[in-house]
Amino acid sequence: MDFGGINPVILIAGLMATAVPILLAALGETVVERSGVLNLGVEGMMVIGALGGFVTAVHTGSPALGFLGGAVAGALLSLIFAALTQVFLANQVATGLALTLFGLGVSSLGGQGYNGIKPPHTPGLLPEALAGIPVAGPILFGHDWVVYFSIAMTALVWWVLKATRIGLIIRAVGESHDSAHALGYKVNRIRLLCILFGGAMAGIGGAYVSLARVPQWVDGITAGAGWIALAIVVFASWRPWRVLAGAYFFGGIGALQLNVQVSGGIPLGILGLIALVCGAILAVGLLRRSTPERPQMHPAAVAVLAVPPLVWVVGLAMGVTQIKVPVEYLSMAPFVLTIVVLVIMSSGRGKAATGAPASLGQNFHASR
Amino acid sequence: MNRRTLLATAALGLSLAFGGGAQAAGMDKVKACFVYVGPIGDGGWTFQHHQGALAVKEKFGDKVEIQYQESVPEGADAERVLTQMALGGCNIIFTTSFGYMDATNAVAAKFPDVKFEHATGFKREHPNVSTYNARFYEGRAVQGTIAGMMTKSNKIGYIGSFPIPEVMNGINSYYLAAKKVNPNVELSVVWAFTWFDPAKEADAAKALIDQGVDVIAAHTDSTAPLAEAAKAGGAVIGFGQASDMEAYKPSPRVSSIIDNWAPYYVERVGALLDGTYEQSDIWAGIAGGEVLIGEITDAVPAEVKAAAEKVRDDIAAGTFHPFTGPIKKQDGSEWLAEGATAPDGDLLGMDFFVEGIKGDIPK
Amino acid sequence: MLRLEKRPTPSRFWLYATPVVAVVLTMIVGGILFALMGKNPFEVIRTIFWDPVFGEFAFYLRGQLLVKAGPLILIAIGLALGFRAGIWNIGAEGQYIMGAVVGASVGLAVFPTDNRLIFPVMVLAGAFGGWAWAMIPAILKTRFNTNEILVSLMLVYVAQTILAKAATGFLKNPEGMGFPGSRNFSSYPAAANPELIAGSGLHWGGVTALVTAVLAYILLSRHIAGYQIKLAGQAPRAARFHGVSPTRLVMLCMGLSGALAGLAGLFEVTGPAGQISIDFNTGYGFTAIIVAFLGRLNPLGIVLAGFLMALTYVGGEMASTNLGLPAAAIQVFQGMLLFFLLAVDVLTNYRFRLGAGAASAGAK
Repeated sequence: MDFGGINPVILIAGLMATAVPILLAALGETVVERSGVLNLGVEGMMVIGALGGFVTAVHTGSPALGFLGGAVAGALLSLIFAALTQVFLANQVATGLALTLFGLGVSSLGGQGYNGIKPPHTPGLLPEALAGIPVAGPILFGHDWVVYFSIAMTALVWWVLKATRIGLIIRAVGESHDSAHALGYKVNRIRLLCILFGGAMAGIGGAYVSLARVPQWVDGITAGAGWIALAIVVFASWRPWRVLAGAYFFGGIGALQLNVQVSGGIPLGILGLIALVCGAILAVGLLRRSTPERPQMHPAAVAVLAVPPLVWVVGLAMGVTQIKVPVEYLSMAPFVLTIVVLVIMSSGRGKAATGAPASLGQNFHASR
Repeated sequence: MNRRTLLATAALGLSLAFGGGAQAAGMDKVKACFVYVGPIGDGGWTFQHHQGALAVKEKFGDKVEIQYQESVPEGADAERVLTQMALGGCNIIFTTSFGYMDATNAVAAKFPDVKFEHATGFKREHPNVSTYNARFYEGRAVQGTIAGMMTKSNKIGYIGSFPIPEVMNGINSYYLAAKKVNPNVELSVVWAFTWFDPAKEADAAKALIDQGVDVIAAHTDSTAPLAEAAKAGGAVIGFGQASDMEAYKPSPRVSSIIDNWAPYYVERVGALLDGTYEQSDIWAGIAGGEVLIGEITDAVPAEVKAAAEKVRDDIAAGTFHPFTGPIKKQDGSEWLAEGATAPDGDLLGMDFFVEGIKGDIPK
Repeated sequence: MLRLEKRPTPSRFWLYATPVVAVVLTMIVGGILFALMGKNPFEVIRTIFWDPVFGEFAFYLRGQLLVKAGPLILIAIGLALGFRAGIWNIGAEGQYIMGAVVGASVGLAVFPTDNRLIFPVMVLAGAFGGWAWAMIPAILKTRFNTNEILVSLMLVYVAQTILAKAATGFLKNPEGMGFPGSRNFSSYPAAANPELIAGSGLHWGGVTALVTAVLAYILLSRHIAGYQIKLAGQAPRAARFHGVSPTRLVMLCMGLSGALAGLAGLFEVTGPAGQISIDFNTGYGFTAIIVAFLGRLNPLGIVLAGFLMALTYVGGEMASTNLGLPAAAIQVFQGMLLFFLLAVDVLTNYRFRLGAGAASAGAK
């Protein structure tokens, strides 16, 4: 399978690794925000995790311990946030931003002397022979264990939030901390644990950058990935599987735009695939908007779905093989398309359906 | 303009008190100051400038005092840092990023007795402003030679940061050298639109590798492209950029371009000490020692190594210029006639691809 | 055990005393940090907090405080209005960029015409650029219920790409020998934003910031729109019953904060920065969020917070250059100062009490 030089199999396999840091950090932040806490310090926790992971791995020689070190470093930093917001009831937005500033500074100080060192290699999890299987091999079997871990964590977070008592408590605290308190839950303690979890996950995400994605330590290595993770949480309406979808979508478009630059234009086949996916999302969005009173959305949905194949056929007929897009627009594409998809998904739904925890960003004190 | 002149008179008295009268006679002690655009731990551009600063200290010991400021944003902040340094008694200030150009000249106007040295710019509006730059494109010609001879897929890649002349020089030089030794070579350029984003640089390298590119040069700051190349298990090679990046020897890092500012910094501070300092515009390359070609490793066959070293030595000897005609621009128009070499003005302002490179320059 | 107990009314004493306590605590802990790094802590603290205002070069640095604080205050005031109403514009950085790009484009389009109307028109264009960029999340929120946090944040990255395109493309200085970056406004007086009083650091941006602070204070304390903003933030349902239109409120708050950020960008590009360059933006839009909260979302508090932030930047730079401290140590110090400021703020609304009994009583 090959579309004008771009191989979708390699692309998909690649984006699964590319998306890991954002995915892990966003999963952690999802839990934090579901408990009603808005921690904007993800970037700081990621970069400190990147350093913690790197240093641990270099000194122990073990990548696995490195990831543990990243988790501990991220959690330790988030402890500052937890103390400030849960004990001293400090404003969460400002504290989170200060945490990023602090984390970047501490990591830069602590990282002196670690420039130019190669960390121990994080190997693939499964035998190489499996990865050699066409199509399924690279996508399903060719990764290191952190990629599988990130998917497993998605499932775990989803299951815990949805089906367990712990998840119920977290959600209750996030939706209405006063009611949760009245029911006897220790709101601040639960939130503290969620914040620590978020810190650890961001730390592992950061460690993946410094140990697997880039393998090196330089100041500010995460280069803004934490901000994207924050955006992905919102994009996902605070739902774990959508976090995965969002991280893969964002990572995928990012990788694709670079591939398109190499191949010189967007191959018609890829364009058709993207149009099909976007069309399908749009169609679902339209169908959701249509109610028994407004059935006219059904034809609109069908019409939307019909456009991509039409474009494809017309393109083929006219002998167009690829469409040139200026580089700077490609460079913007991940951000713009994320907005577009979110608009489509969120349009026509009531406020309650956007999924923002009702107590998000508000501090809780028992005497209220 | 009135703010500049008025402040200048206010500051003039002070700067005279600090640096006055120490010109031709030489100085007993020089305070050399450096303004960096990134952290010294960036492992690339700023790191190398700081190495130069440290070399100055090592060379002159107690006769110099070194001060530096990391991560200074270009624009208003640079102007403040420069003024602070000048007020604080710096005798010579090296501003190590192109974006400091206007700030350097503006502050230089206010402190006529402080020497300003601006890297990679072209404005010398005042007698106390000198400029210096390195002909990195000379190193790219060496890399291009290796790339052209080493590629098996005949596809080579270049990760660009922003479409600015320095990067255009590098791309064109790299391509021309590769084309010379391998007429079938094709160059793919990926624009990262950032100087520093390791994950994105890795993705860019991966995109190139995924489409069959097996030699990658990068014009961004991190080792991420090399790390990505290393994952291909020897099938893909690349080069160290700005610093040697020796952690990736012998492969994928088969050679490197090292920014070596130390000789220049030592020379300028030394000139200030012994009173021979003069305004200058230096654009040195391999010959001047500013551009070092890092060790060509044994991952490269001997004949390739020999060819690359010949290019290096010919450039150093002045017998070969990487931009020697006939060269046409990408659109087919004439640029350099047979045997002509590129004038520096064309190189400093280069905003085009040479013929044969596919793809567009973002404009 | 210590317990927190809510005060019946916020303490006026602590309202003013907490910043002082926080700064003192930061000095102590920061001093220990600097001592551990082998520096004289007293010298470092003096360099950061004292020298920029009263030191040898204060004649220059005082003005620089205003240069640095101006955009922070201007942006933070706009953001504070939205934050009060529960509208989360965290993309001020993008609006700041677009204000600068649009305003500069207008000015450079008529280069080298000399007309005294050019600068005022550029100011309007700058405000428009920021406003229009903020209208994207505002309209998406009101029309499609799209979360403004995500949209405004993503648009920062888009704006950065447009900035790079401007610096290397459509605004590139034709006399710049092909180098990136626009013409410098300091050589185009009709479009420049120079210092109004030499050495004061005061340019039109600083004036606008201070005037805006006063206007915002009046808006919030006297005007119906200010009342609606506060009501919407504290009790959204009640606000709706009082006839506050959420759509209009979003448009108003996003529009205002966008326009102010755009203005900040325009004043910066025509004044202190001088030109459009690839790295023109330096994070004012994000730092302003901190400033807004440090100032407790109160315009006058924001002015003080803006100057405090500016002091840590300018003083921190001094400490870094003169005493050889890594820039990262200053960043850590800034982070600590913010932590302490945010933490001790609790004393304004709460008091610490010994014993566990009071808390369970308070919970009922």
